[in-house]
Order: sequence, then C-alpha cells, then structure tokens
Amino acid sequence: MKPGDGVETYEAEAQPRLGFFTDTSVCIGCKACEVACKEWNLVPEDGLAWTGHSYDNTGELNANTWRHVAFIEQQAPDPIKQGKQDFRWLMESDVCKHCTHAGCLDVCPTGAIFRTEFGTVVIQDDVCNGCGYCVTACPFGVIGKRERAAASSPAGAGRTSGQSPDVLQTAVASDGLGVIGKRERAAASSPAGAGRTSGQSPDVLQTAVASDGLGAITKRELGGDGGMHKCTLCYDRLQNGMEPACAKACPTDSIQFGPLDELVERARERCGDLVEAGVSEARLYLADENDGIGGAGAFFLLLDEPEVYGLPPQPIVPTKNLGTIWGAAAVAAGALAVGVAAAFLRGEE
Amino acid sequence: MGSNMAENHPVGFQWVMEARLKGARVIHVDPRFTRTSAAANLFVSIRAGTDIAFLGGVVNYILENERWFDEYVKHYTNAPVIIDERFKDTEDLDGFFSGFDPEARVYDTSTWHYSGLPVQETAGERSKGGTKGEQSGHGAQAGQFVHGEPPEEDPTLQHPRCVFQLLRKHFRRYTPELVSRVCGCTKEQFLEVAEALCENSGRERTSAIVYSVGWTQHTVGVQYIRTAAIVQLLLGNIGRPGGGIVALRGHASIQGSTDMATLYNILPGYMPMPHAKQDTDLATYIDNHSSTIGWWGHFDAFFTSQLKAFWGEHATKENDFCFDYLPRINADHSTYQTAFDMLDGKVTGFFLLGENPGVGSSHAKLQRLALASLDWLVVRDLYEIESASFWKDAPELETGELETEKIGTEVFLMPAAAHVEKDGAFTNTQRLLQWHFKALEPEGDRRSELWFMYHLGRKLREKLADSDDPRDKPLLELAWQYATSGPYEDPSADQVLREINGVGPDGSALGTYADLKSDGSTASGCWLYVGSYADEENKPARKVPGQEQDWIAKKWGWAWPLNRRILYNRASADPEGKPWSERKKLVWWDTAQKKWVGADNPDFQEEKPPTYVPPNGARAENAIAGDHPFILQSDGRGWLFAAAGLMDGPMPTHYEPHESPFSNPLYSQRSNPTRQLFARRENPYNPAESDAYPYVVWTYRLTEHHTAGGMTRTLPYLAELQPEFFCEVSPELADERELEHGGWATIVTARTAIEARVLVTERMKPLVVDGRKVHHVGVPYHWGTRGLTTGDSGNDLFPVALDPNVHIQEVKAATCDIRPGRRPRGKALTELVASYPRTVGDEA
Repeated sequence: MKPGDGVETYEAEAQPRLGFFTDTSVCIGCKACEVACKEWNLVPEDGLAWTGHSYDNTGELNANTWRHVAFIEQQAPDPIKQGKQDFRWLMESDVCKHCTHAGCLDVCPTGAIFRTEFGTVVIQDDVCNGCGYCVTACPFGVIGKRERAAASSPAGAGRTSGQSPDVLQTAVASDGLGVIGKRERAAASSPAGAGRTSGQSPDVLQTAVASDGLGAITKRELGGDGGMHKCTLCYDRLQNGMEPACAKACPTDSIQFGPLDELVERARERCGDLVEAGVSEARLYLADENDGIGGAGAFFLLLDEPEVYGLPPQPIVPTKNLGTIWGAAAVAAGALAVGVAAAFLRGEE
Repeated sequence: MGSNMAENHPVGFQWVMEARLKGARVIHVDPRFTRTSAAANLFVSIRAGTDIAFLGGVVNYILENERWFDEYVKHYTNAPVIIDERFKDTEDLDGFFSGFDPEARVYDTSTWHYSGLPVQETAGERSKGGTKGEQSGHGAQAGQFVHGEPPEEDPTLQHPRCVFQLLRKHFRRYTPELVSRVCGCTKEQFLEVAEALCENSGRERTSAIVYSVGWTQHTVGVQYIRTAAIVQLLLGNIGRPGGGIVALRGHASIQGSTDMATLYNILPGYMPMPHAKQDTDLATYIDNHSSTIGWWGHFDAFFTSQLKAFWGEHATKENDFCFDYLPRINADHSTYQTAFDMLDGKVTGFFLLGENPGVGSSHAKLQRLALASLDWLVVRDLYEIESASFWKDAPELETGELETEKIGTEVFLMPAAAHVEKDGAFTNTQRLLQWHFKALEPEGDRRSELWFMYHLGRKLREKLADSDDPRDKPLLELAWQYATSGPYEDPSADQVLREINGVGPDGSALGTYADLKSDGSTASGCWLYVGSYADEENKPARKVPGQEQDWIAKKWGWAWPLNRRILYNRASADPEGKPWSERKKLVWWDTAQKKWVGADNPDFQEEKPPTYVPPNGARAENAIAGDHPFILQSDGRGWLFAAAGLMDGPMPTHYEPHESPFSNPLYSQRSNPTRQLFARRENPYNPAESDAYPYVVWTYRLTEHHTAGGMTRTLPYLAELQPEFFCEVSPELADERELEHGGWATIVTARTAIEARVLVTERMKPLVVDGRKVHHVGVPYHWGTRGLTTGDSGNDLFPVALDPNVHIQEVKAATCDIRPGRRPRGKALTELVASYPRTVGDEA
C-alpha cells in the first residue's frame, strides 16, 4: 500500500501509515463505534428522528456522524449461513476512507485539510472557512458542514441544560478536535501520553465536558462552527500511542486498527479463508492501491458488491484527471487560437 | 435460545464471534430474526412460548437415536435411580403429575422421590402452608443412602421406574412432527439443530447452550432451563470446557445481587430466609434446611458464620447467634405480590434502588397505581425516573385513573453515583468477581449505594442509641463498623468484601469455606465468597492480562467458589479420573501425586480418589462417592429427574403460555396448572384462544437502550440511535391489519392499549402452527414518559402471571390485538380497552 500523498513532506518524522480494516463479516451492529467516536471527539448529537429504515437511525456519515453503521435487510442468500437462508441482515460500520489520493485535501483552498505523519487525512477546523469544496470532492460523501448556531433548529430550546451555548462552542473551537498541524506539533513536542491532546490545555476540554453534565453535547446546545467535519482517525489518540476510540470500543474486532500493511495482509488472509469456507462473494474493498483513489487508509471486507452497502463500486478521486483536463483545455485553447488566427489569415487573403 | 446475545450482551458476544472464527457453529433459535440471528450460522424461528416442546424434541431425539453419552449418563446423572412406585407422569394423568391438589393448585411432591427413601422434603411441606415457592430447594434430599448411592438403582437403565425410562416415556411424544406442529418450524430445521448438538457432543467435543430472559420470563420459566439441563446431561456437556448452560444476566451485577440475596426468600449464599412458623429456633431451622449429604451438610457452619458476620460479638451460642434478630417470612413477598399489597394498603413505604418498575415490570400500569398508593417512597437513581415522577406524569393522569391532587405518596428522590464514581465488584454470569475502582468523586448530592446504606444505618443507630426497646436490638447490635474516607466519608468497599469473605478465630481472612465453623469461631457474610479475600488480598482486583497466564486465566478477577472457573469440573474426567479426551481435558486424578490436578481448580475434594466409596453413616462431602461430580446434590449426581425442589414437576412439560391463541396439542391441560395468578380486577387476563387477541406478543431489549431506559433515554448519544418506541411486524401482518410502515399502531390487551411506530420487517415471519398461521408482534420495552425520547411503555400490555417457583412474570409470550393508527386519548382509551373481552383469575 502506498503511503498517502504528502507524507513524504514529513521526511524523518513520517510514521508507518495507520488505518482501519473494517471486517463486516463479524459486525453485530451494536453501534458502540458511533457512540465511542462521539464521546471522544465531542461530536454533537445529530437529531432524534426515527427513520424506520431497519435499525439505522443515523442515516449517513456527515459533520456530526463520523462512524455510521449501515443495516441492510434483504431478500437474498445469507452469506454467513451458506445460502441456507434466503433473507439476510448485513451490517457495516462506515467511516472516512483516508484515501491515498484524497480529493478533499486536493481541493481545499485554505490548507485546512492536511495529510498527517500517519498518512491520515484531517481537517483543522480553526483554519477551515466552511467553503464546502471538499464535500463535492469526496467520492464517498463523508464530509459535512456543521451549521452555525444561528442556523440550528430552535427545537432544542426546551432541551438545553441551562448553560450558555457560547461557552461550549468556545471550548470546542479551541479544542480543535485534537487536530494539530505539523508545525504546532513540532513546537509542542510533548511526551507521548502526557495529555489527551498535545498543544492545547486539557483543562479546556474537561470544562466543556463537565459543563454539559450529561457527558455528551447536543447539536442544539452546541451550535456549530460553520466548518467542515469528518473522522480524524483520532489524530490526538494516535499522537499519544492509542488506538482510535471506535476500534477500542468495538467488541467483536470488526474494526481493526494498526499499520496499514499489516492490516491488508491480515485482511487478505481473512478474505481468503471466507471464500474457501464458501462465502464466495466476500471481497476486500479499497485495499487495492491501483484503484481510483490509490487505495484507502480505511478499507473493508464486504460480503457482497459495494453497492449493496451503498458504497461506490469504483470510486475515483475527482482530481485524478485534473492534469489531463488542464492539458485538454490547453489544447482546446491552442486550437481556438490557431483557428482565430487562421480566420484572420483567411480574412487577409 | 431465549437469548438475543449479540444485542443485549454485545461485549460477551465477542467470544461467540471469536469461536465462530475458529470454526464453531453458532445456532440461534428464537421467534424473531435479531442481530444474533444475523451473526449465527443457522437461524430457526419458533413460536414464542414453545421452547420446551423444541428441547423436549431434542431429548426425545437423543433417546430414540441412542445418542446419549452412555458412561457419563450412567455414572454422573440419576438416570439409573428408581422412583417411588406411586409416581404418575403427565402421560398418565393428561398433563398432571401425581400429587396435584386442584383446590390449592399445588403439588404434594412426595411421590416424586427416590424409591426406598423416607419422605423428608421441605419445599413440599411449605407449599401446603399456603405459600408458593418462597423457599428455594437445594435438591437436599436427605435419606438412607447406601455407600453414597440411592437404595434402588438399575445400572442397566431398563427398570420401568428408573429415571431413564421415565424420561423416555415422558418425552416419547415429542417427535420432530410434534415439534414442527407446536413450534411452527419445519421438521428439517429441528432435525438439523438436534443432530448438530449430538454431533458436537461426546468425548472429543462439547456444546454450550446460552439462554437469557427469553427463557426465564414464562409461567414455566424454570422448566425451560430444566429441559436444557436434561439435554446437556444426556450429552455429557456439563462440567466440561466448552459445555454448560450459560445463563446471561441482564445487568452488570445481577448475579452478584442474587448471590447477596436481592430476593426476599434467601439470605446471602442461597440460604433460606427463616419462616415464621416452621423455623422457630436455630436448631429447628438448621435441621429443616441442612442435608446430611453433600456440601449442604455444612449448612450450620455457613449459617452460623453469617450470623456472626451480621451481629459480631453479640452473636453467641447462648442466644442462638442472634437467630431471632432475623426477619421472618410467612407468605409470598415477591415483587408482584408486594405491588398488590401496596394497593391494599398493607405495604405503605418502599425503597427503590436502581429499578424502574413503572416502566420495567410486567403490567407497569399496575406498578404505577401501586406506587401511588404508598405513604412514602425512596427512589435512588441516576435520573428522575418514571417510578419517581408518576405523580406528575403517569399516563393514568390523562385517563383520570389517577389525580395528582389525590396521590398521597411522598417521594424522596436520592441521586445515585454512577459506577465510575464508586469502588466495588461486579459479579457476572460466570460467577466472576471483577473489581472496579472509583475514577472520580460523584458531584453534588450523588452518592454510592454503599454510602447510602452505611450512613442510613449509622444515623438510625444514632437516633436509637438510648433505646432499650427489644425491637431495636437487631439494629443496635449490628456489626456496623466500617472505615470511611474521602470528602463524603465513603465506607471502604474493600473492607466490605473482606467481611463477606470472612475471618477466622485469629481475625485473619479465611481461605476456604471448608474452614467455616458452626461454633461461632468464624464469621463470613457469604460462604460462597470465602476465598475472595484469601491471604488478605482483594482477589477480584487482580487484572493479570490473558496473554501473561494460561488459557483459563485464574489470575483475572476471582470466581466463586474458590476460584473454580467451571462448576462440577470433576465431570471433565471419566469415572476413573482420566480425561475423557486429550482435547477436552480440564482436571484429572494424578495417581502419582494422589490428587486432582489440571488447568482449573478442581470442584471436588482435592485428595478424594475416584475409587472412594463412602462408608455408611458418612456425612456431608464425605458421603459423596469419588465418581460423583455434582457435590451440592445429596447423591452427587446431575438430576435428569428433579425429585425435590420444584413446584411444578420433576420433568419439564410443554404447557401453553397463560395467554395463548392455541390449546395444548399434548394434553387437555392447557397451561402450567401451578402457575401463579392473581384474580383481581386490576389484573385482568386476555381469555385464552380468544379471537379478540389473535396475535402473539412479547417484550425485548435493543442494544441501544438499557432495560427500563433510565440510563439511556436520558443520554443524547444513545437516545439518537433508537429515538422512538416502535413495534415490529411482518409484511403479512401489516397487510392483514392495514398497518403502514413508519405509521402508528395501537396494541391492545385486557390491561391497556399503547401506541407505537410501525416497523414492517421481513425479520418477522408468520409461522404455521397446528395448521393455522400465527403472527408475532415484537415490542421493545425501553420507553416511558421521561427522557430525551419518550413513548408508551411496552410492559403496560402484560399481565401478572408468574412462574410458581420463582415468581417471574410471563412477558415473553402473551396475546394481543393490533390496529392501525394512534391510540385514543383520555377516557376514550379506557373505553377502547373495556370493549375487549377479559377474565379475572384462571377461568380456562
């Protein structure tokens, strides 16, 4: 697996690429990953709407959902039951793919999105201006905007626990969700494990959590910063030698975390075992460095076509053809110029 | 079976998934396709309330196809024992065993005994006293054993009255065809499960059966588990690695609270609560409850040591070790009887600690009405739960059945500390004690249970310090000295564990219950927990990682008794003491060392050889032969036939649930004749086989919420995952009743009607039972009037109809009607319910 684009700029500080292997064949749909992610990263509650879509009331990945467990109920042979059952209930914990060629990073005009020394892709929300280019550049629909407080629903008025939303917002904003740029990190140079995040005071975080009282923050209470948000692969935890919250919480090891090379090797073996055991449709998704995103830092073992899980079958980073497009544009412009010149020339004839 | 382990025990389910990865076959038998079914290799849907028919079919399959583990069955079970000649089976009496008293609806169990043994059995006598099941039987059948063996046996298993033949006769009609007819699964599905179990059992392999409240919460709940016990004993799956019956508990330390006597009829360590009339003094009580044979032969030592732990220096031989200070019971004082007693003004004050009966108990409406009848109520919880707020927001206020102004209950709401805010031990399903340390001090007025109980006791004792009223002496003389620390003077949980463990005459911590004495020289709060503080070390606090020790991991926490990880593990070796197979070896007799050795601590006297034959007149553990592993039973054997201890039969029988759309295909007796019913206006039942209630309904939990919801509906991150009360129905039922996916449905029983969003799903499938199609309605029960997400309470639908042995409610199978749309409001709701038929008591 290639390192992510841009890791080379870390030179000696570059770390082995870290990522997720999500093995859907052992997912039990408990959503512990969703909850652990929100707890650790202070991601707001995302609305209390019942969808009626199986047990999925989360719906999709967005600014306020960085892990999403999809539930697929279908009339189709159940792979785990070797086709004996003509009905199946598949579960898959989806997440940001941390692409090798990341469209979001390519298009970000402010430099808010950067490649970390671990090869992961992170948004610095104190830099992000909320332009939203990254949303359209992501082939998977991972990124979303956390709307500003003013735009948030007033329905939460009766639900607030009494404290000023501003306090929380300030706290979280200064936290920056654990995203520390290379320069800051170098400056902080805190020993591993010293604090939850390097570079800012852990007290700020503590205040935010304590003032909530419920240990969780609702969107309505919090408001938003107007910036774009997605999975950071728990950058702050990685910097302190810890595994991401979702992987830590997953009871069945459906979410595995580690050096990407090791994960890919393990995943290939697991997938081979499954196919051998008769689960013929088992496949790895995004583990191929020759695919349209150069392979992902977060890849999956699926039990059927990606489309079954709502995943694009052949994702391609939108910027992949940028060079060709510019080249074509240049050719076209040249042709135009030649044509115009020719016209003038003809006119002179 | 009877368990949705993946959803309700996801952390434990990791081991099931790991086993599946290693090649284990996971089979799920359940009415509903759940997240557990999704993760299983095989799923079989059966009608709710028919598990005994299914398992009875497995028993019959084993017997008819000669698949039992012959050597295990002959030596380790009571299969060869001959039963009293007066015994009559349900096959003889059309659904009744011998000894039934139709007036009192109880059994005289004396005809169920081993032949040739004098009738001496406590539970049966107590039942004649008009109370049911308030004394738990230990299987302590005392009598004249010959060298540790019952007097009449047939080792060839041929005698028509031997247990083996009685079992064969009892289950003979549980054929694959009958299973299919009763349960609604196909014959092929049943045979696949039965064969898989047999194939995966024997010397080289073992199978485990997992159950949860899907089995217990029935009017025949105890017999569900008994049937599994018979299957596992016949297949040789008890006392061996990878075998057993895994009873998953619904909360973090329910096992611990049961060990410590959360029930009204037991004292810590499963010793009976004294009965007002029968246990008049210590000697009589000891005589009534001890056994001459087996470890219960030391009942006097266990009990006296407990009294010493309670009353310390005040407990002396002269005053019966303060035996008279213990409260007495004289009737059923279980949770449901107590609710009726509240309604009747017999119970006027109540403590609720970590329980929300106004949402979580069957017929939750009755519970709320009962709470509203109290003078005072103390609620300790993390939030103001429905059982504390009923006076201002119970649904009955809207219907006019309650009026806030007329509710006299004074509610004291005491905020509780969460588990991270206190030290203590959790005891889990496999009897494993794991210590947790306080991570932070509780804020505000939140306090731990230990703090609350200790300081309540301290304050009461201070107030009564000058009293010379004899009735205050039990309180004033309690051993109530605990070291306290911290800003709130928290008592030391570590010291409490040491007190439970117990101390010897020199005041040092005891290492084994074998050292307990009946002379008052030892003190121990719970005999089963002796050893948890051995060598003055808090053993549950040990956390040596698995990779740093052998596979059985004895240095992680501590399991009762004596850190034995698999109970009755003497059965992991053959009668001569050799492992049944290399692959499944656990403990065995080492002839050179002359003791039992192996990975686990032997659940057997370490130096008792397999050849040991007890001399006549031997007592307690010394009366158990060297080849009998079940050391708490008087005959040392696993009981295929329960000759004592059960109220409703020595062998399990398929009975229909109290509320069922079907008659019993096996007997004209439809339901368990000893089930506990309450013939009261407040507790109407749906008539059986009524067209008005054509559907089968039951309650369950979702991963995203915890029980009555107090800990999860209040948290945004959990509430958003399952934000609304819904019911699950099949597309066929949706068509039949015009229920719209995503719309609303009203579910009706004789108790009330509730509304829920409709989730139409193919995971629910109608079954064909006895030639008729039956639909299921699934109801998660987490909701109530409070929290971030609110809704009607599923438990409002269910009646108070109980198992006679343990008084557990039947909420895993009842009947209902379902209609499209939201329920009526106000008085129109009670009018709708009144338009449906109802019965009071058992008119079936």
